[in-house]
Amino acid sequence: MKKPINDFKMNVLSKSVNEGFLRAVTSAFCSLADPTLEEISDIKTAVSEAVTNAIVHGYKEKQGRIYIDAALYPDNIIKIKIRDKGCGIEDVQKAMEPLFTTAGDDRSGLGFSVMESFTDKLSVRSAPNKGTVVTLTKKISGKCE
Amino acid sequence: MQTVIADKSLTVFLSGEIDHHTAGRIREKADSEIIKYSPKELILDFSDVTFMDSSGVGLVIGRYKLASNNGCKTVVTGLKERDKKILMMSGLQNKIEFR
Repeated sequence: MKKPINDFKMNVLSKSVNEGFLRAVTSAFCSLADPTLEEISDIKTAVSEAVTNAIVHGYKEKQGRIYIDAALYPDNIIKIKIRDKGCGIEDVQKAMEPLFTTAGDDRSGLGFSVMESFTDKLSVRSAPNKGTVVTLTKKISGKCE
Repeated sequence: MQTVIADKSLTVFLSGEIDHHTAGRIREKADSEIIKYSPKELILDFSDVTFMDSSGVGLVIGRYKLASNNGCKTVVTGLKERDKKILMMSGLQNKIEFR
């Protein structure tokens, strides 16, 4: 992959209030690539799902840090990595099945399906007791300077 | 979040951003209204919702379960296209009415 034109990295505590904060920061970064409103909404939704997974599943009751690393590449490709150092996922394939959830009644089990549906590429790397890295890739139709 | 009860129909007006962080408070308030009024129809109005992820789906599923246990039907209205797309992924359209 070519070198990024621009990037940012940050980490925050795994507090649920940071779901909205990370959506806002990521969409502000992506807006530098002149995306459509629809593309911005797609990215916000996918990021929100990944960050929620880190909080609800990765760290559960504990508090840890969520690492976000976003880069804009030539050809207007945005790549966003969301990483936690939580409990990890035993069976990634199973976790990615639509409607599968381990978190009870009020979780829909659609997190990964939504991420897949609103991005061009989704990859999930996870190891039990080590953590999970979700990488979201999306091409932005706008023109970047 | 505002609610209106009329003719055994309870309308819950949702607003702002619905994510895992905000869903908890909405859930508590909506559930206490459902239990208080035992409506025959529950209308979840999404007209003023500016953002929703799959936590919104969980919110609808949970309220639908509570309402249907009391013989109450659930209706969802005011959904934007992308939010509808997320809700449809759950197959909820077979259980609740979209208006």
